[in-house]
Amino acid sequence: MIELTQVEKTFKNVKAVRPLSLIIQKGQIHGIVGTSGAGKSTLIRMMNLLERPDKGSVRVGDKILTSLSELELRKARQNIGMIFQQFQLVLNRTVAGNVEMPLELIGMPKKERVKRVEECLQFVGILDKKDAYPAQLSGGQKQRVAIARALANKPSVLLCDEPTSSLDPKTTTEVLQVLQHIKDTLGVTIVIVTHEMGVVQSICEHVSIMKDGQLIDSFAIIPQGLNENENQYIEDLKRIAVVKK
Amino acid sequence: MDKIIEYQSEIWLSIGQTFIMVGISLLAAILVGLPLGTYLYLSRRGNLYENRLLFLLLDTYVNIVRSFPFLLLVVFLIPFTRFVMGTAIGTMAATVPLAIISIAYYARLVQQSLLDVPKEIIEAAISMGASKTQIIFKFLYREARSGLIFGLTTATISFISYSTVMGIVGGGGVGDFAIRYGYQRFETELMLFTIIMMIIFVQIIQVSGTMLSKKLDKRS
Repeated sequence: MIELTQVEKTFKNVKAVRPLSLIIQKGQIHGIVGTSGAGKSTLIRMMNLLERPDKGSVRVGDKILTSLSELELRKARQNIGMIFQQFQLVLNRTVAGNVEMPLELIGMPKKERVKRVEECLQFVGILDKKDAYPAQLSGGQKQRVAIARALANKPSVLLCDEPTSSLDPKTTTEVLQVLQHIKDTLGVTIVIVTHEMGVVQSICEHVSIMKDGQLIDSFAIIPQGLNENENQYIEDLKRIAVVKK
Repeated sequence: MDKIIEYQSEIWLSIGQTFIMVGISLLAAILVGLPLGTYLYLSRRGNLYENRLLFLLLDTYVNIVRSFPFLLLVVFLIPFTRFVMGTAIGTMAATVPLAIISIAYYARLVQQSLLDVPKEIIEAAISMGASKTQIIFKFLYREARSGLIFGLTTATISFISYSTVMGIVGGGGVGDFAIRYGYQRFETELMLFTIIMMIIFVQIIQVSGTMLSKKLDKRS
């Protein structure tokens, strides 16, 4: 589904990504892990050309992004959803208004937009908040809105750049459940950049490990699922409670 | 009170002149200052329309206009005003230097408001496949709207203040009235009346501008 061929990127004098190639299978949840500064964020941002590689090519689906014109690239990006660590919602728009955004950009008629927005918010379980503003929501809720926004255009790929890194463990689990649900029901290919091993263990089917801008390993794993994780969190809480007494 | 009634028609005339001068300044600020400020923001290094040369030119232009003592700018611009308006005297002629300072002034405030918008929102917009126009109108202005309104409020009050010296080129206006009738003819009552009127006016503008900008700000 996604194919990076010999991509590399240098910022000033720092080699963020050294020449590397990576193929991500369709319908998979693919984790990219590594310490901060390993180049994993740069790598995922290459997948929709938020960061254009100095050399090499990027293919998503049947489109080679690196050789598209600006207009074609914009069209291609509409088929690639993305969520961020800091959610990056438009704060002066309501929840529904945020999800509507990508639909407005492609000029979908108002009636269809409203319907699609409701579907998406329903899907991520936050329809009751549709008239609220992002500032009134918790971190987990904001990320759900961001996910709904990323899904609005029915993308075939969802890029997640540290999607749970500013969330507490419980909301992390909730957000991961949403991602798992997206993969299971919509068959969307999901790429997750994270430094949290827990995220990888619970939902990723394939993991790539980065260090110093290089891919040092890439292999298939069997995700352990989320419920166990949630129980673990409750256990942990209990333990903390005991210690505090 | 008698004096005020006596000079009623002059007062009305001067209020009208102030309205024209401030109105045209506002129009210039919105129609030219807003795009100029937006371009100043966007042409900076690492931004959407990066263009160092043009940025430097426009930035310097704004600085130069703003560093003039306003009265000198008016005098300095007389030949230009005459060229544009056919005359350098009167209310309409006075709008030329006013428009020029307004554009530079509001452009700077617009740039400031846009700088307050988190840069990441542009990334989110790009990742959604937004065009540059869509990024500006649907993302940047949306997020900066309360700052833009607040800036325009501040600017309007400054424009009123600038307009008060336009008597020097026969622009008239409330300020000119206060000086000529109130101060120079020792009609303290008239002067006080004008000042109080101005205070009320500025208050109304500031309060409604602040209210509107607060109402539009959903960021926290």
